[in-house]
Amino acid sequence: MTLDPSVRDAVLAAVPSLRAFAISLCGNVDRADDLVQETLLRALANINSFEPGSNMPAWLFTILRNLFRSEYRKRRREVEDADGTYAQSLKSQPEQSGHVEFQEFRAALAKLPPDQREALILVGASGFSYEEAADICGCAVGTIKSRVNRARARLADMLSIESMEDFGPDVATRAILAGTTSR
Amino acid sequence: METGSSTAPSRSQGRLGRDVQAKIGNQLRAIYDDVVKEGVPDRFIDLLRRLDKQDEKGSES
Repeated sequence: MTLDPSVRDAVLAAVPSLRAFAISLCGNVDRADDLVQETLLRALANINSFEPGSNMPAWLFTILRNLFRSEYRKRRREVEDADGTYAQSLKSQPEQSGHVEFQEFRAALAKLPPDQREALILVGASGFSYEEAADICGCAVGTIKSRVNRARARLADMLSIESMEDFGPDVATRAILAGTTSR
Repeated sequence: METGSSTAPSRSQGRLGRDVQAKIGNQLRAIYDDVVKEGVPDRFIDLLRRLDKQDEKGSES
């Protein structure tokens, strides 16, 4: 196979975010990299079905997601405790952001239903539009919107985030704010 | 779809303040970008190079 250099570059350019998405799906770096590799093999084998000029990242994300889904379904049949294994594998992941804040966030993210987690990541982190995310997940735009909303609400609940005041020991700012209201 | 499956008395169901959304968004992106910043690992560059050179039909799917 000879690859058009521009296609090759577009594929490579998508790899970093494909990995980030894959890690967020399976919670394990090694498995995620295998998933990315499988995705690239699958993509290049079917490169003729990619329309030049269309959205390469979205195309690759779709392939990766479908591969993950079929694997996930298989696993689910074998091991019923899918969420538990996900949470376990997260714990064995080397720390990337060492802050406690991020550990809590990661743990909360791991507890989301897979549909919600994936929708939130596509829209909230990968930067896809609702329409693109709907294409990637093969569902309606409204479904993506409600999954994202539910994911956010659940995270907010789990992390007991209710307003900005819950964050950071920014007592000084709050004191100032309080001061201005009571003059 | 299960709706209203909340067990906790969450008044924030559905309607979250902008600041809450921003906070969640920031943390999400921070975690995600940590990985993105790692760039393209060599194994994928090698993989593409190998596949690219397979002019003789080495179909191996």
